[in-house]
Amino acid sequence: MIRPGLVRLFPILTIGVMLGPVLAGLWGTVLPAFGHLPAAGFHGPNLAAFGLLADWPGLWPSLRLTLTTGFLATTLSVALAFLVLSAGADSRGFILLRRALSPLLSVPHAAAAFGLAFLIAPSGWIVRLVSPWATGWTQPPDIAIPQDPYGLAMVAGLVAKEVPFLFLMGLAALGQARESQSMTVARALGYGQTVGWFRSVFPAVYAQMRLPIFAVLAYSLSVVDLAIILGPTTPPPLSVQILRWMSDPALSMRLVAAAGALVQLGLVIAAIGVWIRCETFGSRLYRHWIWRGNRAPHGAGITRFGLFTGAVLAVALFVGLSILALWSIAGHWTFPDALPEQVSLRTWARQGPDMLQAISATLAVGGIAVGLALVLTIGCLQAETLSRRPMGQRALWLLYLPLLVPQTAFLPGLQTFLISIGFATGTGPVIVAHLVFVLPYVFLSLADPFRNWDTRLGTIGAALGKRPEVVLCRLRLPMLLRPILIAAAVGFAVSVGQYLPSLLIGGGRVQTLTTQALALASGGDRAAIGVWAIGQTMVALLPFLAATAVPLWVWRNRKGV
Amino acid sequence: MTLGLKLDGITIRQGGQTILQIDTAVEPGQVVTLMGPSGSGKSTLLNFIVGSLPGAFEATGRVWLDGRDITKAAPETRRIGILFQDDLLFPHMSVGGNLAFGLRPGGAHAERRAKIDTALAEVDLAGTADRDPATLSGGQKARVSLMRMLLSDPCALVLDEPFSRLDAELRKQVRDVVFALARARNLPVLLVTHDSQDAQAAGGPIVTLGSSFPR
Repeated sequence: MIRPGLVRLFPILTIGVMLGPVLAGLWGTVLPAFGHLPAAGFHGPNLAAFGLLADWPGLWPSLRLTLTTGFLATTLSVALAFLVLSAGADSRGFILLRRALSPLLSVPHAAAAFGLAFLIAPSGWIVRLVSPWATGWTQPPDIAIPQDPYGLAMVAGLVAKEVPFLFLMGLAALGQARESQSMTVARALGYGQTVGWFRSVFPAVYAQMRLPIFAVLAYSLSVVDLAIILGPTTPPPLSVQILRWMSDPALSMRLVAAAGALVQLGLVIAAIGVWIRCETFGSRLYRHWIWRGNRAPHGAGITRFGLFTGAVLAVALFVGLSILALWSIAGHWTFPDALPEQVSLRTWARQGPDMLQAISATLAVGGIAVGLALVLTIGCLQAETLSRRPMGQRALWLLYLPLLVPQTAFLPGLQTFLISIGFATGTGPVIVAHLVFVLPYVFLSLADPFRNWDTRLGTIGAALGKRPEVVLCRLRLPMLLRPILIAAAVGFAVSVGQYLPSLLIGGGRVQTLTTQALALASGGDRAAIGVWAIGQTMVALLPFLAATAVPLWVWRNRKGV
Repeated sequence: MTLGLKLDGITIRQGGQTILQIDTAVEPGQVVTLMGPSGSGKSTLLNFIVGSLPGAFEATGRVWLDGRDITKAAPETRRIGILFQDDLLFPHMSVGGNLAFGLRPGGAHAERRAKIDTALAEVDLAGTADRDPATLSGGQKARVSLMRMLLSDPCALVLDEPFSRLDAELRKQVRDVVFALARARNLPVLLVTHDSQDAQAAGGPIVTLGSSFPR
């Protein structure tokens, strides 16, 4: 039996679990950045690490690359997500795209990036499809795609993964924006779908989307796994360079990595600041645009363009994954054939034992992290129910904090911190690090269904003499089985996709599907990459099928659930 | 000791503004009807009586049940049954499961099952214990919902417009069953409605909210 007093501790506990590692990690970054790393024999404070960082010839190109790709990817993702949303929730294109984008959200970044690379590379499937009959190429052309110097392939990968995220967050916001009433009014006033939507529904949806957009901005400025696969290498984006320094055998390079991590943090904070300034400026333009009241009859074309581009991205990801699957069973596949000569399961058999091990590590880390996240989330929401006061806006910021602080800014520090207090790296700390990122997603996914549960059912339960925890366990949770399993699947997919926490906090000893897949990135073994990327995708996607199927089976005799 | 439900000088405020004041008593076997326009705080008052007032509201005054001051008691210890306009049967339990959830604990399995079957027979629903509540008609669901509440052996009933979702024919039928069973158990009943026929059928005093207290 849980006493009500204990339930009230859950919010504090949750904040501690989520922010503790972030703060410890930042602390563990600040000290070495200023030359203090006693474990390796460095004693500060001094600015030597920043000096070394400034001497790195790649610094300015790397910073420029980080900023241009980050802002470009975020701007494109936001614009595209809103264009798709502006089609209106009842339109056919919208419904089709919603079905296509939802599963893409859980495809791990690494698998999506590999798929895209296999599609657009000079020896990729698109070139094969038109060669040699249209291009005359019998050898792959010598062009740097992906890993082009401007990072455009990386931007494409980011957009393809972030549009589904922003779109689904927008979908949740649409419900609260009273879209259909506003649109009825706007259309009656003579506005078309697109222009009417942007003038009547957009502000309310955007207000709800700010934190997710900041999270996308922070992510795009600090992404590692996708950048390793699709991004340029000389120099790479800052986040990838930080990882290189962290992996350098010379311990002094850790100080440079820490200095770089602080620069990365500053970059993200500054970028969010710039974005907020742009919002202010944009809202002035927006008001001016509303004031003019012109009906802009050509608006519909823009929405159609958005839907088309969204569809292209979805198709690109699906085809990319199919190519990966094809490579995984390709026996012999030479350029410029569009299909492999023979099909065999040889690569699967060769990678099988390693993969089973990686799957069990992935399941253990993800399963435990998701279980803990569910307990903490349900505890917090139950505490909110008992106090009968809804959670405030400030708590939402706390929830988003782990998604706003770049991983490269605090994970190296967390590793340093753990070692300095005598904790070895390994599975336990990896689970804690995963929990930091799994928890916000599980919470965001479960909070709405939990709160939307008809509280009169709880009132009835209490009137029938049942204590709050009985009402929770026997009424609320069983009725919320489906959203709970969906939240678990979302959290698990997040855990499967994590690269940096497994790599850095695991100290190389925790080998998950993602770390193994990324280890193959620099090699040229396409069949092996195909096997690992498909394995990673399957493990991330299968829980969603279970989350849909299990409630149907459990409640097969209960039509009302 | 005074039996029945007594609302002793109750004032409910939201953001410093008084939204409702009431002072009344409901004797055992009596139905007191609360009438008032929507927004006059009727449902908020019922929430306060059963102990689930949202945090945004403040209330003063006392609620007495059979001589007990239950103003600060936990909702699950108050023994006040409540019915809403929706049946609110738990959709993941069978009809019998719903009743078993309501039935006070104690007794062997067979004994409890017998009590549930008797209760179902009492509202003309014999043999439906194993059915999915979603397969029942509206009137049948309303009767299961009532029996579920009565099996928990409450000391008073509050009814939040419980008949407003039913059509005219069914409404009279369900209303008669509710009042008959409540009288048979000698329960004090507080009925919130904006239907004057409900008030007439209740046959007790009528308190009108929202008119005597200018807002």
